[in-house]
Amino acid sequence: MSTVEHPPAPVEPLFTPAQIPPGAPSKVDPPAGEDLITVNFGPNHPSTHGVLRLIVTLDGEVVVGLDADIGYVHTGFEKNFEQKTYWKGITYAPRMDYVAFFANELAYVGAVEKLIGIEVPERAQWIRTLFAELNRIHSHLVYLGTSGVEMGAMSVFFYCLRERDYVLDLFEMATGVRMHDRYPQFGGVAEDLPKGFYAECRKFCEMMPRRIDEYLDLLAGNPVWKSRYQGIGTISKEDAIAMGLSGPNLRATGVPYDLRRTDPYLAYPELDFDVVVGERGDAYDRFLCRTKEMYESVRIIEQCLDRMPSGPVMATDRKYVLPPRAELHTSMESLIHHFKLVTEGFRVAPGQVYYPVESPRGEFGCYLVSDGGPKPWRAHFRAPSFVSLQVTAMMSVNRYVGDMIVVVGSLDGVMGEADR
Amino acid sequence: MPGSVVGHEKGIDMPTLTVKPEKLIEVCTYLRDQQGKNFLSAVSAVDHDGYGDAVAGYFGTERGRDLNAPGSWGAAQTPEQPPKRFAVRYHLAHVGDGPTDRVRVQVWLDDGQEVPSVVPVWPTADWHEREQYDLMGVVFAGHPNLRRLIMPNDWDGHPLRKDYPIGGEPVQFTDAE
Repeated sequence: MSTVEHPPAPVEPLFTPAQIPPGAPSKVDPPAGEDLITVNFGPNHPSTHGVLRLIVTLDGEVVVGLDADIGYVHTGFEKNFEQKTYWKGITYAPRMDYVAFFANELAYVGAVEKLIGIEVPERAQWIRTLFAELNRIHSHLVYLGTSGVEMGAMSVFFYCLRERDYVLDLFEMATGVRMHDRYPQFGGVAEDLPKGFYAECRKFCEMMPRRIDEYLDLLAGNPVWKSRYQGIGTISKEDAIAMGLSGPNLRATGVPYDLRRTDPYLAYPELDFDVVVGERGDAYDRFLCRTKEMYESVRIIEQCLDRMPSGPVMATDRKYVLPPRAELHTSMESLIHHFKLVTEGFRVAPGQVYYPVESPRGEFGCYLVSDGGPKPWRAHFRAPSFVSLQVTAMMSVNRYVGDMIVVVGSLDGVMGEADR
Repeated sequence: MPGSVVGHEKGIDMPTLTVKPEKLIEVCTYLRDQQGKNFLSAVSAVDHDGYGDAVAGYFGTERGRDLNAPGSWGAAQTPEQPPKRFAVRYHLAHVGDGPTDRVRVQVWLDDGQEVPSVVPVWPTADWHEREQYDLMGVVFAGHPNLRRLIMPNDWDGHPLRKDYPIGGEPVQFTDAE
């Protein structure tokens, strides 16, 4: 007869929402007791999506205390923005959240455009919308692939990266680079869409929904996947709002908060798409929300291709917009404007602006303060990963260590963005 | 709320309410419970040390502004001088039915002056305030766990302050000789 005592089973029944802990909301203090061990997960650990450090107190295999520590890829982006002219800032923005690079650029460029009050041509708005949605698919594919690897579903990773490569090919076609494209610029986009882009993009739109069907076939009904995901990291609507969750993490609880609807920007008010919401707010709903959002993104891209207006892709205000390259050879004024913009930048009237966009991870906001000079006085970014990682502690306690990995994965944090 | 809100500005993105630091919790609780501002988007601290001094094109002369100085393009504007050095700005929104109705609440602080923590009002403020404390050195009184979040625990200084040196300073390493 075995006399081995098993560790206590998790006390909460399935689907009971996690509670915001007393004291600091993003940290659970371990109870006093013997036989508890404190383990350091990360900063370098395959399951932490970058360099997240979790200081975990364990009772057997059950997490009883957790304190998350971030800052291991802090690179001082906000300080850098203050040292660069507005123009040079565009290259910094996509490197924060390197998976949702386009959304970051949109937030920064949009904030500056709002400060200087420049009109963006309609065609540029539609092109931006198209790429914002391609980027959303890209980000969700990376999420799905990596969380598949964590569960041991290696094939999902390869399938997702196959389609991700297609998305990056489309980016390369139009912008010249696969990531960190610097494509949106103040007043529009850098260049018009190249020849052959529509055809390639339509091929993608035709192929992608079938591939999403495949992912769902593979995972949504899979008993292993369900048992690892359902009822893990459940959070209630009220707590999710109080803890500042946004994007698919919040929509999985049933709150239809989507900035594309609530704070319309770009061409979204004219587009027909559904906001995907979940019911229970567990890791499984977050997975379903993200996966089904890809269908909606494909729908948006198709509408963009069908209804893309013609016209210029760049504003004409030479105080803010670089003159076309060809003009530099013939026009003295263009040469001067180009020289001034590149060397000195442009001045922005004193003021402040907060410009949020719906990044694949949630509300990504750019807050800029101008003192009237050519550089931002202060740039601050509301990073959705930074906010959502706060709930790791409350979601993980009284669960097995393996479930903690699911919780971190399902929140879809990108550490480059959380630490900035 | 008489006596609490000392200023109101329309702004290009959302209205800004200026609040006395000691009344902050009262105003925030009112905004959350009566005005439906249940979502705290961001807490942004701004250091105004030297604000507006380096605006190219504004060169104070005896006659006033010289708008034709190099770099001004005749468009430079000097900003209004802030009443105090630090501003802490809370970006609030309504999440639920209807529009988000964003609003910004700001408090002005001197160096070393404390501002009450809004963690009891919006739990999400926990990391937001720790980040601003870490990088800007604003102390949030009553915060349950006010420690450095981004920089190492033994770091000296607050990097986002305007008087923090850029380049040329000795690199700090943990346990360095």
